[in-house]
Amino acid sequence: MTENKTVKIYFGPQHPGITGNMMMEFDMLGETIVKAKTHVGYLHRAFEKLMERRNYLQNFTIVCRICVPEPDVNEQAYSMAVEQLAGIEVPLRAKYIRVIVMEMARLISYIMWSGGQAASMGLYTMPQWSFADRDYLIDLFEELSGARIYHMYIWPGGVRRDLPAKWSDKLLSTLDYIEKRLIDYDKIFFENDIFFKRSKGVGIVEPELARERGLAGPVLRACGISEDVRINNPYEVYNKLNVSPITENGGDIYARAMVRRREMDQSISIIRQALNDMPSGPFYKRPFDNPFKFTIESNQTYQKIESARGEYGYFVVSDGTDKPRRVHVRGPGFVHAFTLLENLLIGNKLADVPVIMTSLGICPPEIER
Amino acid sequence: MGIKNIVNPLLQLKFILRKRNTIRIPFDEKLPAERYRGSHYNDVNKCIGCGNCSTICMNNAIDMIKIDNIESKEQDSGLRPRVDYGRCCYCGLCVDICPTGSLNFSNEYIQIEESPDTFVYTPGLERKHLAEKISYTQDVSTKLQNPLRIEMNHLEPDKRIKSFAEEVLGYTMEEARQEAQRCMECGICVVGCPDRMHIPEYIREISQGDNVSALKLMLDNNPMSEICGKVCTRHCEDMCVAAVDGESVAIRWLKRYASEQLTKHLNELNITPAPDNNKKIAVVGGGPSGITAAYYLRLRGYDVTLYEELDHLGGMAYVGIPRYRLPMESLERQKELLAHVGVKFKFSTRIGDNIKMKQLREDYEAVFLGIGLHKSRKLKVEGEDLPGIYQASDFLRKINLGEKIEVGDRVIVIGGGNVAIDAARVSRRLGAEVSIYYRRRHIDMPADNEEIADTEAEGITIIPQRIPMKFEYELKEKSFKYYCAPAKMVDDPERGRPKPVMIEGELHCIEDIDTIIVAIGQEADISAFSEVNIFNKWGKIDTDEDGMTSESGIFAGGDTVNSKNDLISAVADGIKAARGIDKFLKK
Repeated sequence: MTENKTVKIYFGPQHPGITGNMMMEFDMLGETIVKAKTHVGYLHRAFEKLMERRNYLQNFTIVCRICVPEPDVNEQAYSMAVEQLAGIEVPLRAKYIRVIVMEMARLISYIMWSGGQAASMGLYTMPQWSFADRDYLIDLFEELSGARIYHMYIWPGGVRRDLPAKWSDKLLSTLDYIEKRLIDYDKIFFENDIFFKRSKGVGIVEPELARERGLAGPVLRACGISEDVRINNPYEVYNKLNVSPITENGGDIYARAMVRRREMDQSISIIRQALNDMPSGPFYKRPFDNPFKFTIESNQTYQKIESARGEYGYFVVSDGTDKPRRVHVRGPGFVHAFTLLENLLIGNKLADVPVIMTSLGICPPEIER
Repeated sequence: MGIKNIVNPLLQLKFILRKRNTIRIPFDEKLPAERYRGSHYNDVNKCIGCGNCSTICMNNAIDMIKIDNIESKEQDSGLRPRVDYGRCCYCGLCVDICPTGSLNFSNEYIQIEESPDTFVYTPGLERKHLAEKISYTQDVSTKLQNPLRIEMNHLEPDKRIKSFAEEVLGYTMEEARQEAQRCMECGICVVGCPDRMHIPEYIREISQGDNVSALKLMLDNNPMSEICGKVCTRHCEDMCVAAVDGESVAIRWLKRYASEQLTKHLNELNITPAPDNNKKIAVVGGGPSGITAAYYLRLRGYDVTLYEELDHLGGMAYVGIPRYRLPMESLERQKELLAHVGVKFKFSTRIGDNIKMKQLREDYEAVFLGIGLHKSRKLKVEGEDLPGIYQASDFLRKINLGEKIEVGDRVIVIGGGNVAIDAARVSRRLGAEVSIYYRRRHIDMPADNEEIADTEAEGITIIPQRIPMKFEYELKEKSFKYYCAPAKMVDDPERGRPKPVMIEGELHCIEDIDTIIVAIGQEADISAFSEVNIFNKWGKIDTDEDGMTSESGIFAGGDTVNSKNDLISAVADGIKAARGIDKFLKK
């Protein structure tokens, strides 16, 4: 065996260490990756095309399926785009409910991520706990919207149903519980030596690179750059709530984990603020006389929101008919999986691949809309 | 690596004694949430089969299928949704859009069957136990259809009783487009229309601002769209699903809006009859059925001559409907349309007087009779023939033909139908104080509800449950006396609705009446048609499915044939006869 001979390794698409149905092709020199290539195409469901054949109301039931771990951001961004195009004013109560839903979604997504991040390092207690705790929040979603994962709850004009009786109290007590559990998470995972050793100094993203590649979300904030759509381009009622930018320095896996960990606390605080400030009143304003004849004049818009993985945007073009002419979904996972991951993995060990992927928040469904 | 890192993981041990989240022994089931979206349940008796659930379903998971053994309703397509659970994504739009609220989700989410066929089922007919488990239902705040129609502008009651100006002012383009937006295009209305007009299609064109396309669709099976748009009895609106929980789509006003512009668009519509086939047809009667038959026969290339006793087209629409409902301009435009396609008119020509029926049969290859019911039916009570007591159809005819009638200060109208309402409102416009006396209850009145409301708004009183007994004329006071008996309603199992029965011993007398108008129905004037033997014992004409009477080559339609006695049914008869004549002559 000569010194520089590389071995090709295919990682995924069916592999527990990969964050979904995508595949990596590595050239390995011993344990070290010298070349990485991302392959996608295992999950293409043509959502953007499907939306061109369904009317504006029908589409809101499709969009949630674009991202499994965090479906609500799609409903939110899509609804914002349609509302922008059609000039719909959303009732204030609906805006608060939307913020609560978005933050719950973020919390769920982060809790799920913490399980995944720990599992990628072989710490298997954490996923057991986090997935069980996530279910308490999913139960709340079930009571709110009637479904556990694909809620189909936020739609153009507001939200679909008002908060059920006593739901806010349940939410508050669940938040208290989660807050207590986060201390347990710290003890078992975030302050764990194995986690320190596997995360510090691994998968470093330099601030210049982050800017250049258009990274977003916790990955960007972990480089010390304060960039958050909720703060920089506040939507719904985020400007009325106390949301402070959370940044870490270092740009490694540890910094990204710390950003997420602190944002969990922040989400809990935002939900509490929103529940406290929420006015009574209508939660939905019908934007049409009838959904089959809901047409929007020719126009285009790009609406973005902050998802758990970064800036999530919908570019929608209307053409005067009842169906969008074109919808483009901008998920943060796309840049992370293509332009960043291929470079970031070079020089890393094979065993670190799942750790890095989870930490970047790569979600194949949003790469292939 | 400190002591903390060794101790912290031991924290897990505290869960040993805690109740588990997942494994529960003994098994206790976690019930789904109150709003859980599981399998569908449909209340099949409440459902009207409009198919909106099927249309909104973005996965095409819902088919509408024909179901037997369901309680039949008038407003019902007879279809029911069948759901394919291989496609359903439980989004619940079908539940949110259901106009009746019959379709709901249950909280049942487990379905384990051996056969895959069971994943396609008709909710409500199969898995009936789900009725007990209904969870996700409609919310009133998120109704997907606007329940309120755009208000039609009317002349104020105090202004309109001063003249015969058209009472309804019509929609503007904006209003019409907005009202047309409400239509969900389920098409249940088409079932209600005797003429089966293309209602959802033309409403869609109106909503898109394309009046020419809308007119094309209307002219496909109704050449009298404008007149219908003003005076139609609108069975379609009774069927409209929006009326289940709200106001029906204003189908009649939308038709009125588009069809008023017919003559403006005549050239764009490009109506060209088929090449002449040199076959001659006589249409007797220029009423709705005659107009319709003449128009479609002419389009098929026949040489059509229309005979009319009066000096203008329209029949009952000309002499029976007051001008404030149907202005002369509408009739002029109707005449223009028929002249445009090349129908020949012979006005002021009465069959029997000016030309004999026998002559018509010799000169023409087929004859269509749309003679209408122009003779008033009698009350058969004492004093009915006194001068100053009018039959409503004669009264309206005289007014419409421009005759001056002094009705005096106090008028009573006897009857409860649309003709009675017309006679009363005309008298009101002539300056009289008017009361309507009707045999049955207020709710039994066959007149249009909107018309009744308008009538009352104009200050006309309606006195129900009065049976007419006698009329007397007081020479000294130059006024009539009207004797009537109060009635009580008695169930009549044979007819299905309660009948009025006189209360013995009570007799009311109303004095100081200047004019009495009797409006209890009309019959055909058959005196001119003694040469043909086509009338049955009730003075009506029986026809076959092609509109042909018992005499070969003679076709009939309109009020003398159908029992509905309205304009749109006459139009439907005209179309039927036009097809029948075409078939008959092509044999």
